[in-house]
Formats: sequence, structure tokens, C-alpha cells
Amino acid sequence: MKKYETPLLDELEKGPWPSFVTEMKKAAIKSEIANDELGQLEHSYKTKVGYWKHGGIVGVLGYGSGVIGRYSDLPEQFPGVAHFHTVRINQPSGWFYTSKALREICDIWDKYGSGLTNMHGSTGDIILLGTKTENLEAIFAEYSSRGWDLGGSGSAMRTPSCCVGPGRCDYTNYDTLEACYQATQEFQDELHRPAFAYKFKIKFSGCACDCVASIARADMSVIGTWKGPILVDQAAVKAYEKNGMNINAEIINMCPTNCMTYDGKELKIDNSECNRCMHCIAKMNKALKPSGERGATILIGSKAPIVVGSMLSAVVVPFMKMEPPFTEFKEFVRKVWEWWDEHAKPRERIGEVIEAKGMRSFLEAIGVAPVPQQIKEPRRDPFVFFGPDDIQNIKDKEAEEKKTGKWKF
Amino acid sequence: MSLPQRQTDIGPPHFKQFLPPVIQKNYGKWVAHEELDAGTMVHRAESGDEIYTVRAATARLISTDTIREYSDIADKYCDGYLRFTSRNNVEFLVSDKSKVDPLKKELKDRGYTVGGIGPRISNVVHTQGWVHCHSAATDASGLVKAMMDELYDYFTTKELPNKVRLAVACCVNMCGAVHCSDIAIVAMHTRIPNIDHDRVFKICETPTVIASCPTRAISPDPAKKSVKINADKCMYCGNCFTVCPALDIKDPERDGVAIVVGGKVGSLRSNPKFSKLVIPFISNEPPRWPKAVAAIKHIVEVYAQNARKHERVGEWVERIGWERFFKLTGIDFTWQSIDDFTFMRETLRTSPSFKW
Repeated sequence: MKKYETPLLDELEKGPWPSFVTEMKKAAIKSEIANDELGQLEHSYKTKVGYWKHGGIVGVLGYGSGVIGRYSDLPEQFPGVAHFHTVRINQPSGWFYTSKALREICDIWDKYGSGLTNMHGSTGDIILLGTKTENLEAIFAEYSSRGWDLGGSGSAMRTPSCCVGPGRCDYTNYDTLEACYQATQEFQDELHRPAFAYKFKIKFSGCACDCVASIARADMSVIGTWKGPILVDQAAVKAYEKNGMNINAEIINMCPTNCMTYDGKELKIDNSECNRCMHCIAKMNKALKPSGERGATILIGSKAPIVVGSMLSAVVVPFMKMEPPFTEFKEFVRKVWEWWDEHAKPRERIGEVIEAKGMRSFLEAIGVAPVPQQIKEPRRDPFVFFGPDDIQNIKDKEAEEKKTGKWKF
Repeated sequence: MSLPQRQTDIGPPHFKQFLPPVIQKNYGKWVAHEELDAGTMVHRAESGDEIYTVRAATARLISTDTIREYSDIADKYCDGYLRFTSRNNVEFLVSDKSKVDPLKKELKDRGYTVGGIGPRISNVVHTQGWVHCHSAATDASGLVKAMMDELYDYFTTKELPNKVRLAVACCVNMCGAVHCSDIAIVAMHTRIPNIDHDRVFKICETPTVIASCPTRAISPDPAKKSVKINADKCMYCGNCFTVCPALDIKDPERDGVAIVVGGKVGSLRSNPKFSKLVIPFISNEPPRWPKAVAAIKHIVEVYAQNARKHERVGEWVERIGWERFFKLTGIDFTWQSIDDFTFMRETLRTSPSFKW
């Protein structure tokens, strides 16, 4: 195997933080692919540009997604990375593993690929970095025969991901792990065979802390919430105070709705004014607990800036029960896709289509009524669209008022 | 060599088989947790059972050898159970309390970076960079390594007013939550694409290329059977390059990084926020990007000195005002920080109340 001098990358083996260069060198001992990857990266560090061509269309039979084709621009100089395809393996919900499962993943990858991985990619998949076209079918047979499947890529539903949820968190309001698993299973066809205008991401967070950044990075963000009051354990509140917490400064005065008071004896919450932001619960998890009905708020449309600016997801369904078998949720997803599919231009995310067609058109198509929870504030401009029935509905209401003598605004 | 029988559409393995018995038993019944130190926390269930978590940073780009090492460690202390976090940390899930300290000792002896829990800097969400991506304007892994060497203590020990989430994106596609991070780096191209007219004709679909431009800077060039680009309109997003490789936008001297500040994703106290551009361009300086790293560290330190307890970076800046942020940090305010694209209307100041 060719030995590359890597004086620039060697600089990144210095210092205390874990070094990816050390990782690449470990893999390079065993793999020509990893070795040439190291050589090409050093070359990039020298010239300050990348040397990867656009993804070609490669994959496994019957699937249109899961493999990202990648070819070097310098195949003669670095033949080991002439092909450097990525294989995405769908991670288990919550990124839980056993050592046995991880070794199985590693053994197969060492046999057919570079030995380099990302644990994990930004969307959530196990990323296997760097293999050749001729190995793809074998890789797929080895993984799928052992119970692993590929993740999404291209204009498909991307691999859903979720927070740790009921696996190890006292905040969660629904079973994020199971919801993620079931959604992934339900939409296997949409995941493996790209049929959409563009990508579609679904992320499940158990509470407003949003540990998988669903509100910023998912076309559909499913964020857990509750309807009952926050239960207060006054003794536990006192214990926090005793341990040095300034309850008024750190909790009461930081509550965004000013719905709490503390007089040194009792912490009181006006629950009807609480907007469930999670600040107080996250700071005093032993003293405060949500109660009552649990479920999720469904928000739609977030994406990164390409092309006309970043978007955050917007509330569409303020509250949906999220319980196995998640029938309502699955049906909802299909309705959303149907509308998106009908209206999207190529490479248009759902948030952009909603912006172009209007939230009303979207909500009417999926059968969701307008409620103030969906907006930050009502519209500012007076250019209001009235559909065929809108004025008639108002006239009917006014006729009703004439009869009853009572205003109905 | 015969291959096993492939299966399709089976989806991922069910997660239950990877949960330690104490989690299976107490699934969904966790009542409280406590952060014991920068790298350790305990979760307690209704039943009184406990699970300990010890968190360590990974390089994200890791070899199978390292994953096997994690597996060996998990076998020794965790009955083989471990998980990864959404920010590229590995978490060892310890059911037996007496194994927590020996595990931490072994991790320390092996040189692992334990920490990332609580009001600190956790691992960095980032993209592929020159390691693997065609549109990269920098290398993400190298920037992260250089940055975290400098900020190491904020992962392992030192506390901040609240957690600080860092991210690095190697181009404006932002395959990471850069657009909603406390402090983040986004790499940018800063010149219009070079058009390789012969290749445009051969490998690109002209209507798709024209449609890909958000500012309508691209129009047909019938004489050359190619396209032309209006330099006054192009803002170097690279979307055309993604659909047409013949429009090369990479440039060793004009590619660089910008620093954005004040985003978040959680809804605690205040709504999720976008990150805002405060330093528009720093030249690419591999292998260690000293200026970009110094800028990030400087902003972290000014935040640490000035924010109130529990304020995220964006909340602190909103309280003091952006004019104060620029004064406190000494960052030059430039034209590039005034939005002239889709968010201009909502980002201009529409009140005479501001600070000097």
C-alpha cells in the first residue's frame, strides 16, 4: 500500500480532542480505500479545495435510495477512492446498540468497505463511508440478511429519527422510540424508492427541549406535550433552594408567561397560563412533573437555508394523541404527502410549497381547522382572500344574530 | 463466495433488543435524573431502579477499530449496552453503580474525553467537508477538531451560563443545525461559478439549471448552447453547481467561513431562533483555522462573562441588543450583517429605541 506523507493532517492529531485523523490512519492500515482517502484529504488541505465529483446514480437492486454515489476527481492519483460511495444503514430508534450488534456492523464493513464510519450522520443513519460499486449488492445482502436495512437518500422520505424518549428520559410525553420505529416500518416504500419532489424528514422529540432539533431540521416535527397541570413537590422545591438555587431569579423570573410565584414557602403555578416551554421542569426535574393527557404537537416545514432562506416548522396540529399503533399519525402523514405531491415543483420542500400556496390551502386539503395556536399573530396585511362560502358563512351568522338578538363575533 | 439471502423493506431492527434489562423493566417510568458531573448522570425510575450514563466525545468520523473498542468497554462495564447521542457522543449505560467509577477510570486511562453534560459545550454537529462532499467550501472535521481542542475545558469541566451548541457546515446547504445553533461556522463560496460551456451542453439540463437559481441570475446563452450568469445577482449559493457540475464554484482563495450566533432549537423560556451572521468571512486556513477558532472562543468567553444564569447565547443577545453584542465582542459590524435577501423586512430595526 502506498504510504502518504500527511504533514498537514498530522497537525490535527495534536491536542486533547478525539482526532478524526487518527481514526483515518487506523482504518488506513487495513484498507486501501481509507489509505487513499487520507492521501486525497491531505491534498485538499494543501490546495484548499475538495476533489469529489457529484454523486452518480448507484444503489442496490429494487431500491432508489440508501447509497450516495461518490467518485474522486483524481482517480489516477488516488485509485483507492476512484469510487468512494456512502452506504446509509437505518439506525435503531434512539441509537441504542449492543456490543454484539456493533461488532456485526463493523465486521461486514471491514470486509467490503473502508472501515470508516460516522456514528452518526446528521439525519441519524449509521454512515458507512467509502466503498466500490461492485460491493454494494454484497453489502446489502450481508446487512439485510442480519436484520439491517438501508436508510433514505434523494427525493424520498429520509430515515426518521427520535430522541431517547422513554428509554431514559423523565421528560418525554410519548413513546418517541416506538413512534419512530413504526413510522419507519409503515413508510418503507417511501423510504427506499424516491417518489417525491424532494426530501422529506420526520423527527420525533418527546418534549419542547427537542433533542433531535426537529423544529429546525424536519419537514414534520413531532414534539411531545401535555394538557394537565404541572404537579409540584413542595419539599423537592425546598431541597433545590437549600442546594443553592435562587428560585425567584432562576425559575420564577425566567418563566416566559409569568405564571409562577414563590414566596419562600410555596411554589404556585397558574397552569392555565403556562405555555409548557419546559424551562422550570428542566431546571427542577425532581420537583415539577407534567400531568394529564399526553401527546404531541405536529409542526411542519422546517429546512436549512437552501435556497430562499431557513425555515422553522410551524404548528399545524396543536395536539395529537401519539399511541401505538399511531394510526391517526400515519394517516395524517399520508394526507400531507398527497397535498405536497400534487403541488410541489421539483426540489421544493413542503415548507416552501405551503409558503407558495398558502397555509389555508394546505390546512383545508388535510382537513385541519384554523386555530390561534397555529400562528404567532394574525395577518398584518388587508389583502384577504374570501372563498365562495366565506362571506355567505358570515351572512348566515349575522342572520342568526338578528334572530337571537345576540352578537356572535 | 456465496452471499446470504438478501431481504428488502425490513426496516431497522426493533430497538427493544438493544435496551439494557433495567431500561426494559422501567421503560417510560423514569421520574427524575441528576447530573453528577460533566460526564455522568443518573436516571431514577418509579421503581427506585437507577441507570448511570457516562458520556464521551467521539470524533464522529471513526474507524471500526474504535467502535470495537467501545464495544469492549461496554462489555466490561455495561453488559454490552451503549448508545450514541444526537451530537456524536457515545454513552455507556451502566446498570451496576459500582462499575461507574472503574469505567470512568478506564476511559480516562485510554485517553477518552468524558463530559458534555449540563451547562457546557457538547460535541459539535457537523458535515462531511473535504472528506466526502462535492460542494464543500471547507473541511468540517478539521475545523471541529481545532475548535474543540481550544474549547476542551468547556466540555470536560468548566460551566457556562447554559449549554452552548456549536455546529459546523461546510457549505450553505447546512447538513447540520447550523441555522439554529448558539454559535456556528458556515463555509461559503464568494465568487460566481466558472462556466465550462462545453460541459454545460453535454451534462446539464439547461431549464433545471436556470430554475435552480433563487435570484434568477442564470439565463440561456443560445450562441454557446449554454447559460450565462448575471454577476450582480449571484449570491454564490452553489445551488446551480449542485444540479450542474459544469458550473464550478470552488475557489481556494475565495472560499472561507462565516460565524453565526444566537440560534437554538428548544422552546425553553423563548422560542426557537435562527443563528445570525456576525463575522461574514474568514479565510480558510487549514490545518487549524486559527482565526476562526479564536473568534469562536472569544464569543464563548464574552458570553460566559456577560450572560445571566440559564440564558442561552441568543437570549443573552436579545436582552442586551445586537448593538451591545457588537460592542462587547469588538466585532466590526459590516454590510454583510444587514440582510438584503428574504429576511430583510423582519430584521431591520423599526424603532428609535436602541443603545449607544
